Amino acid sequence: MSKHKLSLKILGLLTAGLSVTAGAAPVTLTIESWRNDDLAIWRDQIIPAFEKQHPDIKVRFAPTAPTEYNAALNSKLDAGTAGDLITCRPFDASLELYKSGRLAALNELKGMENFAPVAKAAWSTDDSKVTFCVPIASVIHGFIYNRDAFAKAGVSPPTTEGEFFDVLSKLKGKLRLVPLAMGTKDGWETASMGYQNIAPNYYKGEEGRRALLAGKAKLTDPQFVEPFRLLAKWKPYLATGFEAQTYPDSQNLFTLGRAAVYPAGSWEIASFNKQAKFPMGAFPPPVAKAGDKCFISDHPDLGLGLNTKSPHAAQAKVFLEWVASKEFAALYSNALPGFFSLNKAPVELRDPLAKEFLTWRSKCESTIRPTYQILSRGTPNLENEFWVVGAGVINGTLTPEAAAQRLQKGLSSWYKPAQ
Amino acid sequence: MATAILQPVGNGQAQASQSTRPVRWHIAIFLAPALTIYTLLMALPLAETFRLAFFRGAAHDREYAGLANFRVLILDERWAAQFWNALANSIWFFSIHLLVMIPLAVLLAALLSVRGLRAAGLYRTAIFMPTMLSFVIIGFVWKLILSPLWGVAPTLLAAVGLESLFQPWLGKEQYALTALGFISVWQYVGIPMVLSYAAMLAIPAEVLEAAEVDGITGLAQFFRIRLPLLWPTIGVITILTFVSNFNSFELVYTAQGVLAGPNFSSDILGTLLYRTLFGAQLQLGDPHMGATVATMMFLIVLMVVCGFLFFVQRKLVRYQF
Repeated sequence: MSKHKLSLKILGLLTAGLSVTAGAAPVTLTIESWRNDDLAIWRDQIIPAFEKQHPDIKVRFAPTAPTEYNAALNSKLDAGTAGDLITCRPFDASLELYKSGRLAALNELKGMENFAPVAKAAWSTDDSKVTFCVPIASVIHGFIYNRDAFAKAGVSPPTTEGEFFDVLSKLKGKLRLVPLAMGTKDGWETASMGYQNIAPNYYKGEEGRRALLAGKAKLTDPQFVEPFRLLAKWKPYLATGFEAQTYPDSQNLFTLGRAAVYPAGSWEIASFNKQAKFPMGAFPPPVAKAGDKCFISDHPDLGLGLNTKSPHAAQAKVFLEWVASKEFAALYSNALPGFFSLNKAPVELRDPLAKEFLTWRSKCESTIRPTYQILSRGTPNLENEFWVVGAGVINGTLTPEAAAQRLQKGLSSWYKPAQ
Repeated sequence: MATAILQPVGNGQAQASQSTRPVRWHIAIFLAPALTIYTLLMALPLAETFRLAFFRGAAHDREYAGLANFRVLILDERWAAQFWNALANSIWFFSIHLLVMIPLAVLLAALLSVRGLRAAGLYRTAIFMPTMLSFVIIGFVWKLILSPLWGVAPTLLAAVGLESLFQPWLGKEQYALTALGFISVWQYVGIPMVLSYAAMLAIPAEVLEAAEVDGITGLAQFFRIRLPLLWPTIGVITILTFVSNFNSFELVYTAQGVLAGPNFSSDILGTLLYRTLFGAQLQLGDPHMGATVATMMFLIVLMVVCGFLFFVQRKLVRYQF
């Protein structure tokens, strides 16, 4: 027995010794993220810039695949093995983490004053009293096009709905090109790059979105149905067999020069710059009539929060303060063109395509995707339904009116203000 | 389930001299490791799943819900449509295996056991090969083969002048699940084939020779001698296929994504379970409804397997040689 006690004592001494040495050695912070595409950029550009200023803190960027991120993160948090810093999805996924005590409140963090309330909305409680993630970046929707193809077909970027379809039919007629690179197989593109891209011009951005939230507007109202009618008209301009065309297929189709226009999110810019051998341009979603006010989907996409269980909370906060700084904003926006900093301080961008997207912020009014705040909390899930009916409308298996009715019926079944 | 079927019928010898023997502790000791691992990794999680299905609310304020979750899943309009759709799709998915894979496997086994067949080993290996591939590879490869943009399927059809037959199968509501069913058949046909092949090899040569002496050869021999001897094996194959089909998830998930599109036409119980339990994009995971779906899946499989064992498998005649 005494032997056991002795070994216990030795063990105790050993662990005490270990924790002392751990205090002296540099602390390593781990970042959980779904941006596995950005691994090299974080490792080679962003993290070294921070470590230079803080030699006592090491940072490790540990991403998982985007589709597995939510499930993997939740399991890791439950098991207590998640990293110190958590990359935050916008709205409910992160709000749920804050509510269940997984993410720390960051109101007091130095640098939070660098963000406008709109930027913080995606990572704040419904009453916007508590913010739990440092906003990092938003993505803007629009269309990226092949300049060579446009020159060959003798067309210029369209500004109105009429011009848009005119350009598409000219591209189809004159060149042996697919006018629009989008498929309906994965579904989400039809929502994010289809409906949620073009629709804000019709329901007037924030005004329409807020009316929907307040229950003053319905998805069956004309301003919400009209975008579906336009989507249905995309069908003849898509590639043959678009029903089985996946998201990577569409990307390849465009970057290989086999399609002329790509309904895009600005996050594509970095990879398109690398892959496409032709000059690219971008135009915002066309408005109904010339002279109409334009609206763009400028969607907060990514923030960074603090795991409440982190053993190195103090160091993690130092990192978060740096993330909230102007220096980080400039570094990040230029390292990852297409992810636009949410920091109030203006950032000088070097990438011409990203610059083009950013000019729309001053010309048009920004809004966020209509389904992301509150409206996707119930069953059936409105965002998922948008994927399904968006694909249905383009495939021609669902009429625009039937699509709107299905969405509204699903929403009213659980969202009370909408009834 | 397989072990239950394969267990030998008790032969009564053990009880004979029980009273005179000392307590046999070694049995308990030898069983303990397996039993512990099984309990920890299988029985407890299963029990916990059942328990979760009877609760609702978030993790910090969980409340007992009785059968409410089940009522919602089966009857509430918001969930029931998804559940019944997934169940119908699972049944269709199984039907494809039942009607295509099993007859095909028996046919292949019969062909392989033809005496004097050249390169039988090569065929056997080639047909069995896909079974050993990862489902991720299968999903990805078939998505590429069937891709309307760069797939070989449209090119191959064009080569024989049948291009008009090509459809973006995985993207059409009416074809997607059937196409996935055939992919799954292609992947798994090796297992029932090998099982039937082994059963056919076990048929004693004397039986077949006796049949030949009586003038029963060729097809007649297959249907009147081999097939009746194969029924018990086919029964086991059917039940194994049923269990794996009703718990299947990976092929649909890798090929069609978490929403099992288009318009949920390829949504089977496994993908519904995954979506409910772990969430999808903005849909947050719901452990209680997820557990309810899992429990329903377990009950369906249990009922069908029991029904099969009691009413079908027991009636099959086994011949002893």
